[in-house]
Amino acid sequence: MSAKIDRAFYDIGHLDNLAEADTPLHRLDPRAKLLTTAAFIVSVVSFGKYEIAGLLPFFLYPAVLIGLGNLPLGFLLRKLLIVSPFVIFIGIFNPWFDQVVVLQLGAVNITGGWISFISLLLRFTLTVGAALLLIASTGFATICMALDRLGTPRIFTVQLLLLYRYIFILIGEAIRMIRAHSLRSFDRRGKIAYQVFLQMLGNLLLRSIDRAQRIHMAMLSRAFTGEIKVVRQFNFAYREIFFLLGFSALFIILRVTEVTAFLGRFILTLWAGGG
Amino acid sequence: MSHHIVEAQDLIFNYPDQTPALAGVSFRISHGESVAVVGANGAGKSTLLLHMNGYLTPTAGRVRIGDFLLTKATVREIRRSVGMVFQDPDDQLFMATVYDDVAFGPLNLGHTIAEVESLVAGALETVGMGHLKDRPPHRLSTGQKRRVAIASVLSMSPDILVMDEPTSGLDPQARRQLINLLRGFHHSKIIATHDLDMVIDICERTIVMHDGRIRADGPTREIFTDSELLESCRLEKPLRMQDCPACGNAPADRPSTIG
Ligand SMILES: Nc1ncnc2c1ncn2[C@@H]1O[C@H](COP(=O)(O)OP(=O)(O)OP(=O)(O)O)[C@@H](O)[C@H]1O
Ligand SMILES: [Mg+2]
Repeated sequence: MSAKIDRAFYDIGHLDNLAEADTPLHRLDPRAKLLTTAAFIVSVVSFGKYEIAGLLPFFLYPAVLIGLGNLPLGFLLRKLLIVSPFVIFIGIFNPWFDQVVVLQLGAVNITGGWISFISLLLRFTLTVGAALLLIASTGFATICMALDRLGTPRIFTVQLLLLYRYIFILIGEAIRMIRAHSLRSFDRRGKIAYQVFLQMLGNLLLRSIDRAQRIHMAMLSRAFTGEIKVVRQFNFAYREIFFLLGFSALFIILRVTEVTAFLGRFILTLWAGGG
Repeated sequence: MSHHIVEAQDLIFNYPDQTPALAGVSFRISHGESVAVVGANGAGKSTLLLHMNGYLTPTAGRVRIGDFLLTKATVREIRRSVGMVFQDPDDQLFMATVYDDVAFGPLNLGHTIAEVESLVAGALETVGMGHLKDRPPHRLSTGQKRRVAIASVLSMSPDILVMDEPTSGLDPQARRQLINLLRGFHHSKIIATHDLDMVIDICERTIVMHDGRIRADGPTREIFTDSELLESCRLEKPLRMQDCPACGNAPADRPSTIG
C-alpha cells in the first residue's frame, strides 16, 4: 500500500522533473505556452455537444508539443488514465438518456448518447492532456510566475505556489506516517484499523499545521514581505509570437471551418477524378 | 560596536501544553564570539535558539539583539540580522528549486539581480551544492537539504549566525568544509550541537544546558575537561580528548591533539 502511495507521490514530482529538460519547447517563454494552452482549451471546449469529427484535427497540437518537447507519451497517457474514471462516470449515462438514433451504419444504430459520450471523452483527453503538457514542459512554479507576469493578482499566484508546495509537505508527512505504520504492523499487512486511522489523521493535521507554521517562520526570517520574488528573465521574442499566433490561428481555423469534412470531400474528389 | 550582541535575561518558556522548556536562562554574547550550546536531548537547546529570532515569545524574560530589545515592533529588523538554520532542513526550504530558495532572502533584501546571482553562486559554492541548483529541494538527501538550508542563510550575509545542529547528517567532508567555513565567519555565532569535536574547532566558549537551565558557561577547554560536570549533564568528553581506544595513550601523548 505504501509503495503505491510512494509511487503516486513520485509521479507528481516527475511532472516537474520533466520540466527541467532543455528542448525548444522548454526554452519557450512560459507566457507563450500558457496563453496558447488557454486558446487551445477554449477552442476545444466551445465545440457542440455532438462534435467528434471537428475535434480530431486538434490532436495535432499535443502531437507537435510531444515532438518538440521530447516528452514521454506513455507516462502522460498513464496520468490521463488515472483521472479518466471521473469523466467516464460523468458521461457514461448519456447513452441511456439520449436514445435518439442519429446515425446508421448498416444494421448498427448509433444514438446521440453514444456520440456525446465519445465527444466528451475526446474533449477531456485534449484539454487535460494540454494542461499536463503545459506542466511537463514548463513546471508548476514557472507557470505561477507566468501568471504573475501576465497580471494575475499577486495574492492569487502566491497562494497557488504555496498550495503546491504544501501539497508536497502534506503528502510527504502522510507517506512517512504510513511507512512507519506499515513497518510496525506485521500481521495486518498494512491495513489500518479504524481507531488508529483516526489518530493518524489527527496527527497528520497537527503535524502539517506545525510544519506550515515553521515554514512560514523560515520565510519571515528571510525577509519575506508577502511577495515571492525569483530571478528569472522571461523573454517574449519572435519565436514566442510565432508560436502563440501560429497555433491560435490554427485553432480558429480548425474551429470555424469543417476541415475534416473538407478533407474527406477533397480525397473523394481526387479518388473520383483518378478512377 | 554593540551591533552583534546577543543577550538573554531570565528567559522562561513553557510550551502551550505546559511543558517547561526553559527555566530562567541568562547569558550575554558579545560581538564576534562563537558560543556552543550543548546538553542532553530535551535540555532546551532548540527552544532557546528559537527565541533568538522571535519565533517563540518567552513566557517571561527578555531577549536583546544588537541595540534592540526583541519585541513585536523590532522583530522584522532583527530577523534580517539573525541568520537561523533550523534543526530540520525541511522546515527551511520552500521554493521550487534550490537556486530560487537560496535567492529568496537576497531578493527580499532588495539586492539587484546581478548581486543576487553572485551571492547565490557564492553561497552554493561554499556548501558545494552548485551542481544541484535546478533540483527541487524537497527531493534531495537529508545532508544535501541541510547544505542548501545553510546556503540559504549564508546568502543573506547575516550579522549573527544561529545554527541548530548544523553538522548532523553531513558526510565527513561536508562537515569539515562547514567547520572551515564557520571558522572564517567572524561575526557572532551560536551553535547548538552534539558534535563536541566541532565545538573544539569553532567555539571558544561553551554553554552547558540541563533541564532548561544553564549548568555551566565558560571557556570550552575548561568545560570539556570537567568530567564530573559533563557526566551529570549526560555528556562525554569529545573523542579527541579521550584516551586512545586502540593504544590507550592519553591525548597529551599523541602528537596531533588540539584539545
Ligand atoms: N512543540 C513542543 N511542544 C511541547 N513540548 C515541547 C515541544 N518541543 C519541545 N518540547 C519539550 O521541551 C523540552 C526542550 O526541548 P528542545 O527541543 O529544546 O530540546 P533540545 O535540547 O533541542 O533537544 P535535542 O538535543 O533532542 O534537539 C523537552 O522536554 C521537550 O519535550
Ligand atoms: Mg534540538
